[in-house]
Amino acid sequence: MTELKKTPLNAVHRALKAKMVDFGGWDMPVEYPANGGGLIAEHLAVRNTVGLFDVSHMGEIQFRGPGALDAVQAVTMNDAAKLADGQAHYSALLTPNGCFVDDILVHRLGPNDYLFVVNAANIEKDFQWIKSQVGARPGVHVSDYSPYYAQLAVQGPKALDVLGKLTAVDIGALKNYWFTWGEVAGVGNVLIARTGYTGEDGFELYFPSDVPTSEKMWNALLEAGAEFGIRPCGLGARNTLRLEAGMSLYGHEISDAVNVYEAGLARWLKLDKGDFVGRGALAALNGNPARKLIALEMVERGIARDGYSVLNEAGEKVGTVTSGSPAPYLKTNIALALVARDVAAAEGDLFVDCRGNSVRAKRVAIPFYKRAK
Amino acid sequence: MSYPANYRYSREHEWIEVNGTIGTVGITDYAQSSLGDIVYVDAPKVGDAVTAGATFGSVESVKAVSDLYSPVTGKVTAVNEELKNAPDKINENAHEAWIIKVEIANPSELDALLDAAAYEAFVSEETGA
Repeated sequence: MTELKKTPLNAVHRALKAKMVDFGGWDMPVEYPANGGGLIAEHLAVRNTVGLFDVSHMGEIQFRGPGALDAVQAVTMNDAAKLADGQAHYSALLTPNGCFVDDILVHRLGPNDYLFVVNAANIEKDFQWIKSQVGARPGVHVSDYSPYYAQLAVQGPKALDVLGKLTAVDIGALKNYWFTWGEVAGVGNVLIARTGYTGEDGFELYFPSDVPTSEKMWNALLEAGAEFGIRPCGLGARNTLRLEAGMSLYGHEISDAVNVYEAGLARWLKLDKGDFVGRGALAALNGNPARKLIALEMVERGIARDGYSVLNEAGEKVGTVTSGSPAPYLKTNIALALVARDVAAAEGDLFVDCRGNSVRAKRVAIPFYKRAK
Repeated sequence: MSYPANYRYSREHEWIEVNGTIGTVGITDYAQSSLGDIVYVDAPKVGDAVTAGATFGSVESVKAVSDLYSPVTGKVTAVNEELKNAPDKINENAHEAWIIKVEIANPSELDALLDAAAYEAFVSEETGA
């Protein structure tokens, strides 16, 4: 057994008696059951007030040099030429057939400088993929800086109040998917982004990954959030929050066997920006994939889980649940499922085979949850 | 939480409290804490047969499903209906929140179960704690 990778906050999680799991090779907190916590309490803290996540396992890959933008454009599906300095967007690395190597955030640090944030389990794969596609281009250096960045996510309606106590930067002026740099909790040069993976307002902070700096930042945020009832939140709540918000998770809704149209992510696909890996295959599909992602809400007792079969009225299999779970805020049982195109286009209830029981589910819109503006 | 000395325990993390011929069955505190917030209990009906070592239902937390294994063979005489609307009672007190009561057909099956001390040792071995 290979040693699990640890974030600089591993000792902090253990001191908080977090339940730890192997998440893609990382020893990560799934929930913090002590002090009235646990997945549901953490989920509700983010919806109602504020939560703090250690997401230092996420990867950071940087493109630098006069050829950086061209290289970014060649390996991503969104149009990075539209980004201004200090702006970020959702994008993806695609396979030649238009499926997902990974979904990513692209930050434009400067005109010749882009930072990708990638999924933890995919860091090495993404880095090798990027190098194989654009590594030999002149004018760009691609570097994996993942070990050098710690990342914390402060999420929830009180995230602005909490972070505002720790910085002189006017973070309230930051628009969604924009970022800046500044001192936070006495740590200089923190990259402060108004981004997140919960469906709430919030910020993601990137800073040096040494243990003292990471613990200082974590403790300062928990202390500043105490008056708002902040909770440390694990990957369990991170998953249920993103699912309620209808966001894709690599290895579930998206993978190297699911294309952009099937995943319903064509909003971030810019076929007209010029050539990039995956473009040809997607252009040929003409927006007509064989399968589509749909959202289901269980109307009978039963919880859909990842991998369960979706059935039609006749009991025939028409698709598969990609993510299914109780939704702690909505208090329903919800699922995203990949189904045949004609099934997605039709109306009427579907059924999920929950361990041998065929449980009725109705179709609902994606996202399940949308915060009030 | 301590494991009641008058209960017997299975290696699948169920407990059983025996009163005469009736066994009351639930899941252990270790099981509830491993599962996390419990949101659903799928139990059999009164009159259903259960078999030692075989599944008789399931319990689901937000993130996982876990089968329930009967510690004994027999007939279900009662089902804890309270768990239908309040499955989190198991998280609150796993050793009180029973799931089913069983008319025990073969009392000798109880000999194969662990006592509290042996179960605690089994759990600490499993968790490496």
